[in-house]
Amino acid sequence: MDTVLLLSRLQFAITAAFHFIFVPLTLGLSILIAYMESRYVATGDKDYLRMAKFWGRLFLINFALGVVTGITLEFQFGMNWAEYSRYVGDIFGSPLAIEATLAFFLESTFLGVWIFGWNRISPKLHALSIWLVAFATNLSALWILIANGWMQNPVGYVIRNARAEMVDFWAVVTNPYGILKFFHTVASGWVVAGFFVLGVSAYHLLRKNETEFFKKCFKIGAIFALVSSILVVGVGDFHAKEVAKTQPTKFAAMESLWETTKDAPMYLLLMPDPANEKNSVEAIGIPKFLNILAGQEEIKGLKEFPPQDRPPVTLTFISFRVMVVLGFLFIVLAFLALIKFKKIEQSTTLLRILLWSIPLPYIAGQLGWIVAEVGRQPWIVYGLLRTSEAVSKAVEPAQVVASFIGFTIFYGVLGVIDIYLLSKYARKGPEPKEV
Amino acid sequence: MEFQIIWFILWGLLWAVYFALDGFDFGAGILYPFISKSEIDKKAVLHAIGPVWNGNEVWLITAGGATFAAFPTTYAYMFSYLYTPLLIILFALIFRGVAVELRGKSTSEGMKKFWDFWLFVGSFIPALLFGVAFGNIFMGLPFDDSGYYGTLFRLLNPYGLIVGLLFLFTFIVHGGLWVSLRVPEELANRAFARSKKFWYLQTIAAVLFLIFTAVFTNLYDNFIKTPIWFIVPVLAVACLLLTGFYLIKNKNGRAFVFSALFIIALIFSGLVGLYPNLLPSSIDPKYSLTLFNSSSSPYTLKIMTIVVIIFVPIVIFYQAWTYKTFMYKITEKELKEEGY
Repeated sequence: MDTVLLLSRLQFAITAAFHFIFVPLTLGLSILIAYMESRYVATGDKDYLRMAKFWGRLFLINFALGVVTGITLEFQFGMNWAEYSRYVGDIFGSPLAIEATLAFFLESTFLGVWIFGWNRISPKLHALSIWLVAFATNLSALWILIANGWMQNPVGYVIRNARAEMVDFWAVVTNPYGILKFFHTVASGWVVAGFFVLGVSAYHLLRKNETEFFKKCFKIGAIFALVSSILVVGVGDFHAKEVAKTQPTKFAAMESLWETTKDAPMYLLLMPDPANEKNSVEAIGIPKFLNILAGQEEIKGLKEFPPQDRPPVTLTFISFRVMVVLGFLFIVLAFLALIKFKKIEQSTTLLRILLWSIPLPYIAGQLGWIVAEVGRQPWIVYGLLRTSEAVSKAVEPAQVVASFIGFTIFYGVLGVIDIYLLSKYARKGPEPKEV
Repeated sequence: MEFQIIWFILWGLLWAVYFALDGFDFGAGILYPFISKSEIDKKAVLHAIGPVWNGNEVWLITAGGATFAAFPTTYAYMFSYLYTPLLIILFALIFRGVAVELRGKSTSEGMKKFWDFWLFVGSFIPALLFGVAFGNIFMGLPFDDSGYYGTLFRLLNPYGLIVGLLFLFTFIVHGGLWVSLRVPEELANRAFARSKKFWYLQTIAAVLFLIFTAVFTNLYDNFIKTPIWFIVPVLAVACLLLTGFYLIKNKNGRAFVFSALFIIALIFSGLVGLYPNLLPSSIDPKYSLTLFNSSSSPYTLKIMTIVVIIFVPIVIFYQAWTYKTFMYKITEKELKEEGY
């Protein structure tokens, strides 16, 4: 593979993955802060105000990095993927521009209002501004996932003038792939936020610090985590059926299925062996379970497709498996947190598990993106344009080497600063109660 | 075809509004280490841009997105030809944004110095390089239908640097004025004094720009063909002179308004000169990317026009409300109390 292509892919992977460390928490925590502040406005209970401020500070640290790392992605399409941009810009550019116009303006403007408006606007208007941030953040996810959904399942276009041109905007916007992906992704972000609140609250409950305050937070986190974990798994099931229908190679790779069959068991233990086009381990099979998951009588195996059209099987398979296992684990953990809530400060083991579970939903989200993007290969637009044909022609290897090194170093520094500040302020706890 | 012209104008407008808004954030960031004498001063400058900088930067993201949506071929080639300068701007913007947001959350002196450095560098570099980039776009880039032949150092040519300095000085004047409107008295006076000084440099750069544009670019051709368009650069010059007039009169509010109008008129002067090009080829005009040969389909442009007509006025409405809400003098008391 040539250098520019390889490094452009790696660079997109690390910059997108790094961006997606910050996005999911923003999606969910904005809603929780909006809820907390609304409770304060409705009840006058100062604890809810302290809550909004405490979680708000963590939110802002996280948000700062999410915003700045997002610009990279928009620029990169043109910088590294010029042939892609030229070929699909007629369709792909629109949701990006709409995302900025409808969502980013709203989000950034009202976050500024929220940060600086505590003493300048009425409490109701102040609470409204964080609701607008929460709404806009989730709305931005809709538009970017409509764009990504089109790369996965291109609809509403014709090939004309040597490029893909949009003929049906409505079809692009209502692409089932994009819509399902939106709900799946957004819900996964809410899981991240739910477990973030649970984990940080658990830390303080273990130290008997502000027990009453953090029990309130814990309850909010537990309910939110449970609802969104169930949602993410439920939508995930529908999403998998859509993948099976529109992206047979990805589905086959997710399950490491080689032969086309009407009777596809799901093996609880499985190890792919792509070199020999088989699995080296297949044990404890649940009969026909893949047919149920795919919603299909007959599932196409990888051998149905020429090798140059198949995605990397092992990475897609393992990422999918681990993500699914984590998804069910989240439901169990959130459920336990909720039923043990009344005397949660005594369940130190559960609290410890929850504290150490903070990274898990992040990992699940990253794995989900690996399934989505690695599983789409060798296509950049499924069935339409290959990744190898999409890269910029005018860019020299030295330029991409420099940018790749630059991103790695700068993002590394920012990542360290972010984790340092988040843990510092998370451990510090809320401002003391006014006397 | 009409949609292509509408989008050419909108494209210019998005850039113009972006520079008129984020331009003062850049200027504030550049002046920040020079006008602040104390920690309170630094907080004041940060507070002056704090509520609005992020909303301002979204105009850049929208300009980028609009280029992608409306002129995908231009987006693809402009961004890949200008790979390295854009990368440098990107890194600068990343650190600028993080510096504004996280400086207040850092407690150690070392970290604060680290952010102070990046706030300055992250403001200075984009201010200069956006100008260099536009200067090179005005001149045209060396490309034909088989590729691009430019280098990074070729972008740093005398004309590119003149436009770069014009942008830099313009944003410094603009930023000093904005800061002077928002911060406590003494600091405001220092910021205002800097704007006054830099206005002379800005004016010299503007004169050089007007002269060397005739030498290095074909921008004047359109004006000579249709002299009525001279009204745009004439307005730009008038706004620049009025900025200077109000600077001398010590009226920072009016000076700021004319400084913003100057930026908008400047971008539109360039746009009139460029028409119908978005990215001229310096090898042969037949390779130039124009609003006709690089645009999206009429269908896509129609959809995007509808979106813009409905939603951009809403954006302008609530951003204007934000400006109204935060357009007040920050007090020292407030700065001492706030945790930001």
